[in-house]
Amino acid sequence: MTNRAVQAQRLVALFVLGWLLFSFPLLSLFNSGGTVFGIPVLYAWLFGVWAALIAVMVFVVESAN
Amino acid sequence: MLLGGVILLTSFAYLGILFAIAYYGDKRADAGRSIIATPTIYALSMAVYATSWTFYGSVGRAAASGVGFLPIYLGPTLMAALFWLVLRKMIRISKANRITSIADFIAARYGKSALLGGLVTVIAVIGIIPYIALQLKAVSNSFVILLQYPTVAMPPKGEAPLGLLDDTALYVALLLGAFTLLFGTRHLDATERHEGMVAAIAFESLVKLLAFLAVGVFVTFHLYDGFGDLFAKAMALPHLERLLTLGGPTGNYGSWASLIFLSMLSILFLPRQFQISVVENVNEQHVLKAIWLFPLYLFAINIFVLPITFAGLMHFGSGRVDADTFVLTLPMAFQQEGLVLFVFIGGLSAATGMVIVETIALSTMICNDLVMPVLLRWRALALSTRADLSGLLLSIRRGAIVLLMMLGYVYYRAAGEAYALVSIGLVSFAAVAQFAPAMLGGMYWKQGTRAGALAGLSAGFALWAYTLLLPSFAKSGWLPISFIEQGPLDIALLKPLALFGLAGLDDISHAMFWSMLFNVGAYVGVSLFARQSIRDHAQALLFVDVFKVATRGSSLWRGRASVEEVVTLVGRFLGPARAEEAFAGYAARRGVKSVQELEPQADLVHFAEHLLAGAIGASSARVMLASAVKEEPLSMDEVLDILDEASQVIAYSRQLEQKSRELEAATAGLRAANERLTELDRMKDDFISTVTHELRTPLTSIRAFSEILHDNPDMQPAKRDEFVLIIVKESERLTRMINQVLDLAKLESGNAEWHSAELDLKAVIEDAVSTTSQLLRDSGATLTLDLPGAVPPVPADRDRLMQVMLNLISNAAKFCDRQAGRIGIALRVLPDALRVDVADNGIGIHPDDHEIIFEKFRQVGDTLTGKPQGTGLGLPISRRIVQHFGGTLWVDSGLGRGATFSFTLPLQRTPPAPAPAQDTTEAASSP
Repeated sequence: MTNRAVQAQRLVALFVLGWLLFSFPLLSLFNSGGTVFGIPVLYAWLFGVWAALIAVMVFVVESAN
Repeated sequence: MLLGGVILLTSFAYLGILFAIAYYGDKRADAGRSIIATPTIYALSMAVYATSWTFYGSVGRAAASGVGFLPIYLGPTLMAALFWLVLRKMIRISKANRITSIADFIAARYGKSALLGGLVTVIAVIGIIPYIALQLKAVSNSFVILLQYPTVAMPPKGEAPLGLLDDTALYVALLLGAFTLLFGTRHLDATERHEGMVAAIAFESLVKLLAFLAVGVFVTFHLYDGFGDLFAKAMALPHLERLLTLGGPTGNYGSWASLIFLSMLSILFLPRQFQISVVENVNEQHVLKAIWLFPLYLFAINIFVLPITFAGLMHFGSGRVDADTFVLTLPMAFQQEGLVLFVFIGGLSAATGMVIVETIALSTMICNDLVMPVLLRWRALALSTRADLSGLLLSIRRGAIVLLMMLGYVYYRAAGEAYALVSIGLVSFAAVAQFAPAMLGGMYWKQGTRAGALAGLSAGFALWAYTLLLPSFAKSGWLPISFIEQGPLDIALLKPLALFGLAGLDDISHAMFWSMLFNVGAYVGVSLFARQSIRDHAQALLFVDVFKVATRGSSLWRGRASVEEVVTLVGRFLGPARAEEAFAGYAARRGVKSVQELEPQADLVHFAEHLLAGAIGASSARVMLASAVKEEPLSMDEVLDILDEASQVIAYSRQLEQKSRELEAATAGLRAANERLTELDRMKDDFISTVTHELRTPLTSIRAFSEILHDNPDMQPAKRDEFVLIIVKESERLTRMINQVLDLAKLESGNAEWHSAELDLKAVIEDAVSTTSQLLRDSGATLTLDLPGAVPPVPADRDRLMQVMLNLISNAAKFCDRQAGRIGIALRVLPDALRVDVADNGIGIHPDDHEIIFEKFRQVGDTLTGKPQGTGLGLPISRRIVQHFGGTLWVDSGLGRGATFSFTLPLQRTPPAPAPAQDTTEAASSP
């Protein structure tokens, strides 16, 4: 049960982190021209953060089970 | 070559498969072996969120604003992290209260208010109709485009509208409506769950995802050489560069954030999301897996949006082909027949999934929260007397579905051409976001009231309609365009897209700001200032504390009804067989053999209300039962009970306070007792040290004189005799002192022996005088006796009284004047006591010392020069003896005027009250 409580808190932290990474001002750091591995920086940033968030969600949810 | 017939055939085949899946799902559910009871199916069915807006519209929006399509999916991803906190609580509340729609949820939370349920339904219906129109537009457009295959040509725009019978959208609407009827309203279920439908929706989610991925892979890896190649070529074109960053035409950070916020609310409060994630949820543990699987789905379906957009823009150039259709037209342009057909089916699934779930959810709301409450209250219909209403319920729902599809079609005809897919959808998102304050407030804030929710929802809805809905009418020509550009009646401050002069925001952010401001403001403000009704309060507790309160209905049913009446009532809505079955199960759980033996108690009524709530909604269920159950008015006690739920904590802390007060009192008592004990202990110590000190004085002189005698054997005989005499006297004093200490100890401990008898005080005084005659002679004092002839007897101990008299007389002899000593003893008869005075003419006692002389070992006078004359115990002992017989002993004196010691002894402990009266009457009558 304590596990569950910690899990819930981790998820809330993840929510806050995601909100920060997807908004101004952090977002503006990557709002520029140029490419990363041929992919525009802004796209790479958004999809990269998105994938990373999902990966951490998988870890948080499945590690508690 | 794709013919219309092939397309239609494929479409029907696909719908057939869907129906088969649904049928199989329902069969398995009836057999108790659910196929949807896995978290994966749950997460997939949640992907009903991705509609044709996602399937076709994302690319369209990306073509206009680059990453501007993304917030709609980032919001739900973020909200997924909060699913465990928020969604699980919604599920728990809904399961505990048999809630079957958002309208039901809000109505039940705020005191089962039918008015509130109706309002929510109206908002949901008006808000969602554009969204349904969007699906019709997408499907019919894609069909029309597909018919031109292999030519890529847009449907004619801005020309005279098609005749009604030539309009594909109408047939799409009818087809989808019919399909939904078959799916959603085949039978009436108390829980309003549709397992078969969920299975079909999960399957559709897979189809649309695979279709989109197929196009994406084809474009990225077949037409181009991977992402890098595609983006490199796209960036070479000057007019595409602006799509790579935020700002300018792609919207600013503010609208970006407001879209994320908006979509976060939508994933919870869209009626179809509520239906799938809450109502159709089998096990709340499934939420866990959905936390990551659902965002992963959204991620997957979005990964190829930008490549397809750029490929489309590069291939077609801008303007010739509507970007909303790139997903379909790109494969068409490259003559990929199979892929084109698959994409069309994918788009069809996206649209049908949304339409099916949305209309089922809305039809439940319309039936339970809008139509039934009205019908049930409409006495002329006498509905509550009809035997079986389940058929009526189904008809209402079917009618609602058809009505919704038709309204969607009408909106499409009127406004569909004016907007891109995404813009239409966002209008709906903003509408359902209005539920957020009442829903979230209801889940986490006990103070939220019915009046507050009504005010908030009305205000939010009004602002939404004014800033989003009416402008959309104006743009499509239903209202004059001046309404937008100059404001109504040319009042610039009321311009719907720049309300109160607020400019610089996009339409959606602008509408969200004003509607949320008024919605939250009215909800919180009115809640804080309005009184909460008892029922409202009880429901608030059930909702907010759902994880703490053991699941039980609110304790508000006080009615009694016969079991038969209740069963029949439920049977009217669920069908008699289902009702019998449900009540039999209930009886079995209560350990009763048959339904007839059930006790017609409040519990049973609760159960019935529960069952009915599933079929016709919480507020209608209440109305129905109230008609059958003779509800007793709430007694004061019960009202207090309900209040108790909230004030239990207060009561508990009050009890604690009471306890701690008692404890404090006990502590104070103990402390007092302890202080008294310490005092007594100190007094004992004092007493012992005083006694030993007093004993040492005579002992020291005895020892000193004995040593002198011992060391000087040749002392003169006269001197020796003198010394021996001193030793004898001091020994006597010592003996006396020890006797008196023992005596006092006995008196104080209550162990002294008393021989009480009626005695003549006069005789005692005379005896004492004669005993002390030698002493008096030695002191040379003259004694005057003043005794009456005869005195009444007093109850006392002769020896003890003698002791008192001897003590007083010897004191008087000791302290009276040396030359002309005079001692007077007087005995007086008072009305109820005898009084003895022993007076001397000695130096007297200072008034300050009057009480001191009655303390142990205290002697007044010059202790430095004069040798102590007594033991210091005589007066304390005498006072104790007198007090023992109920009298008092005191002294009256002053320096230089002698001292008079007096004491009284009561005549009778219990004086015979009537005796004197009798005497007087006898005295009066005898002469």
